[in-house]
Order: sequence, then structure tokens, then C-alpha cells
Amino acid sequence: MSDTFILIPGRTSKQGCGISEGKYGENYQSEVNTLQVSPSDMERLALSDGDRVRLKGEHGEIDVAIKAAKKGELPSGMLFIAYGDMSSRLMGGDTHGSGMPTSKGLDVELTVLK
Amino acid sequence: MSIPEATPETKVVKDATCTFCGCVCDDIDLTVEGTHIVDAKRACVLGNSWFLNHEVDDRPSCHVDGQPADLEVGIERAARILVDANYPLIYGLSDTTSESQRVVVGIADWIGGIVDTTTSVCHGPSGMAFQGVGEVTCSLGEVRNRADMVMFWGSNPAESHPRHFTKYSLMPKGMFLPNGRKDRTCVIVDVRKTKSAKAADIFVQIKPRRDFEGLWTLRALAQGIELDPETVEQDTGVPIATWQDLMDRMKAAKFGVIFFGMGLTMTRGKHANSEALLALTRDMNRHTRFTCKPNRGHGNVTGADNVVAWRTGYPFGVNLTRGYPRFNPGEYTASDVLARGEADAAMIIASDPMANFSQPARTHLASIPYIAFDPKETPTTRSAAVAFTVATYGINVPGTVYRMDDVPIPLRPAFESPHPSDFEILSRIKRRVRELQAGPVRVV
Repeated sequence: MSDTFILIPGRTSKQGCGISEGKYGENYQSEVNTLQVSPSDMERLALSDGDRVRLKGEHGEIDVAIKAAKKGELPSGMLFIAYGDMSSRLMGGDTHGSGMPTSKGLDVELTVLK
Repeated sequence: MSIPEATPETKVVKDATCTFCGCVCDDIDLTVEGTHIVDAKRACVLGNSWFLNHEVDDRPSCHVDGQPADLEVGIERAARILVDANYPLIYGLSDTTSESQRVVVGIADWIGGIVDTTTSVCHGPSGMAFQGVGEVTCSLGEVRNRADMVMFWGSNPAESHPRHFTKYSLMPKGMFLPNGRKDRTCVIVDVRKTKSAKAADIFVQIKPRRDFEGLWTLRALAQGIELDPETVEQDTGVPIATWQDLMDRMKAAKFGVIFFGMGLTMTRGKHANSEALLALTRDMNRHTRFTCKPNRGHGNVTGADNVVAWRTGYPFGVNLTRGYPRFNPGEYTASDVLARGEADAAMIIASDPMANFSQPARTHLASIPYIAFDPKETPTTRSAAVAFTVATYGINVPGTVYRMDDVPIPLRPAFESPHPSDFEILSRIKRRVRELQAGPVRVV
């Protein structure tokens, strides 16, 4: 059983600091590999911090750990992940004549991994 | 590469320039012990991490096919990769000096390749929009001294440009804003309630992928056009009364500015979203003074736009294969050239497409010979045929960078690195490319 969400990849200060610390460092890796879910969606899907989910988009799929977003930051139905390898795996190669792959506002199907 | 012995001397570098983000803060006082920066006064969380984590990497300055190699060997291999290619791509450039950027465009010209920068995957769509609409703009100094209406659209400076509010846009007491923050209204439009939203007087939470509709709603209201409230709310997720209130405040402002981010350019609509924002800004000048600025991410991405533009006439995605520059985003931009499997060699300077590009683009880049430059090890340097570990601009290397408002700023390095600068290696590659293109010297 899967749910449809809109995924917003973006910059976080932890991810930014992680770039300077080194991309193979723990801070960067943990930040870009963790998906933020709104507390209301966490409750609805009976999810806890550290659970793993699969996101499937039009161009790829990723398996990531989740954590609850800070209260009020994310509306229900929206997911957030820091820019990095995982978010890029969901981007398509086509840029629609712009040079920029669609990288935010991606439709994804979320499946809880048991 | 062995790291030189750190001397016990401590020195202070006053007014050093941080090149992590496009704010390019040039008021940082660095305390340096040998090859370690131990304090970065006035730096934000990102700047602090930038300065304190760029020590000298204990790695060879050059790897060829994953093995340590002499610099000379790497330069020779790099030059031959570029000269032998039919459709070489040069990409990156946003985290190096404008002096290096200038050399890179020269190499692209000599080898008849494509030169593209990370602009194409950040504000490239805005670059396209500038050409279509124009940009009513200003310097950050004008924002600091004049802007009483400060808007952020699809941008989260609290996390991406932490000193934006305090140094330039919200908190400073300016020439015409003696009370600083109290004299300004801050509006944030975003799809989620980011950390920046806490700083806002008005937060407008718009539906995802409906920025275009929101901007055109404001354009209509600016002109007094009557809109159907139900349609507006359905399209944007925001009641028309909120949009009308915002427009009234925008018209009442003495000097407005809209900073916009990749919430516009990376979302469906891309350059059409940026065009809508630029057009709204232009429209507002019928009522009051209004300006806009893209919030630029990397330390010298604005320099890349400037240098590529003054060398070729176009800001990014420039094809030089015919001996003259051609510009066509979507055709000559790095992401496309790689995802379509067209480039047969590449040179990547100060960027990490192996982590940030789409999977088809990454797969193709991994399949062709390419050269990478970076002070640190990244997924891109790991897969490169030739990888150069270079000194860090601004920390080890002097030069010029451009702040996000196109103001050039000098760098004041803190200590010397045993690794060469990318400027030095690129200059040598350029010379070797010219020698190879000239052919063997004939003895008469």
C-alpha cells in the first residue's frame, strides 16, 4: 500500500556545513539520506523516526530513513529531503528546454518498508 | 603530499572574504594557527564550517585513474583528453576565482567545446528570464539602506544565506531606515513554513507548483483587474484577500525588493516562474520603486555568469564548437549534454555533478574520461580519470569573486596550501593544449 506525496528537496544548514566538513562525513551523509515527514502524516501512517520508506517517482526510486519534521514546517502531503545523491536519483534527465531538471515539487509514491 | 609543519605563530587576517554562499561576506576576522583557522569572527554557521574545515587535505595533488601521480603526468593526460575529444564539456566554475573562470573559457574556446556553469542547475532559468523580461535590480547596499518592503519568494535564507537578514536585508539600520527592522516589512512566500518564515511579518503559504499562478494573481491585482476569488484560492491555495492585502502593502512601500530562490527555478514552470516574478517587479514600478534579485547559492556563481558573459556574450551553456559562441539552454547545458550521452569528455571544476545530476547524466559522465578539480574528495573526483586536489579559493588562493548583486570582492587568503591552485593547473593545461594543437615542432 502506498501514498502519494509531493517531495521538496532543498538546502539545510546541516547539509551546507556537511559540504565543508566533507561529503563522506557522517553529518552530510545522515542529512542527505533522511526524509522529513510531517508529524500528522507520521501519525496517520503509524511511522516513527528511523523507519525506512521507499519513494518511487517517475524517474527512479530510493530507500531512505525518515524523521518527523518540526511541527508546523511541513503541511500534510508534503515531504522534504536535503539536496544530495538521494534527491538527485529522483530527477529525470529531460530539462524541458531549460537546462534545469525538475528538481522540486516531485510527485512520489511512498511505501513503508517493514 | 606532506603537510608542512604548522608554526606556533598565530596571525589574524582582518576582513577576510567568505566564499561559501553568494552573500560573500567580506568582514570576517580569521585567527590562523599555521595551516589551521581556529576562529572566524562574524561568520555564520555555514561560514564557520567553511573556514574551520578547510585545512590542508593530506592527499596527493593529483590522481590519474585513481592512483597517485605527478602533477606533470596529470596535466599531460588532461590536455590530451581535451584535445582528443570531439564534443568536450567544461562544467562547474561556481566555487573558484574569476581569474580561473577566465582561463577555463579560453580552454573551451581553443578546444571547441561547451562551457557551462552550475548556474544552469540553479538560476539558469532566471538567466533565461532576464533575457526575456529584463531585471529591475539594485545592489545589496541599496537594500540595506532603502528597502522598507523585503520579500522572499521560494527562498530560505535562514538556512542557505544565514547572514542575509542581519547584514543586508532585514536588521541593518540604513540611511533611510533609521530604526532598522522596525522600519521594514518582511514577507515570505513559500510552500512550507521554513525557518526563514519565523522572521516574516507576513507568511504566505502557497500551494506547491503554483508560484506562477500566485505571481500572476499579484500582477493582475497590481493593475486593478478583478479576479474570481474562488478561482484564485483554488489555484494558489491562498485567499484573494491575502493577495490583495499584500499588493496594497507593496504599492504603499517606498522601496521594495523581492529575493527569489530555487523554489521558483527548480519547480515545474522554471523560467516562466522567474519571468512572472521579473514582470511583477517591472509592473510595480508604475506605483513605487521595486527591485528583485535572485539569491545566489555558491560563492562565485555570479562571477561565473559575469566572466562567461564577458568572454562569450552569454552567461552559461555556451557552445563554442563552431568557433563562435552559441547559446541554447536545454541543448548546450551540461545536464542535457550528459543525459543525452553526447559529450565524449569533460572537465569539471569545483562542482560535484556525480552527486547532484540526474541519474542518466551521472551514468554517462562515469562512462567518459573526465578531469576534476576540487579541494576535497567528492563523488566526482573519485570517478575522474584525472583528479586534482587544489588549494581552496579565499582560504589559500587570492583572486576576485562576485557577490550575488554583481559587486566584485577581493579575496584575502589565510595561509598557503601545498596544493597548487586550480588557476595554476588550468593555465598549464591551457598551454599544453595549445602546444598539442600546434603539433610537433619541425626542425628546418
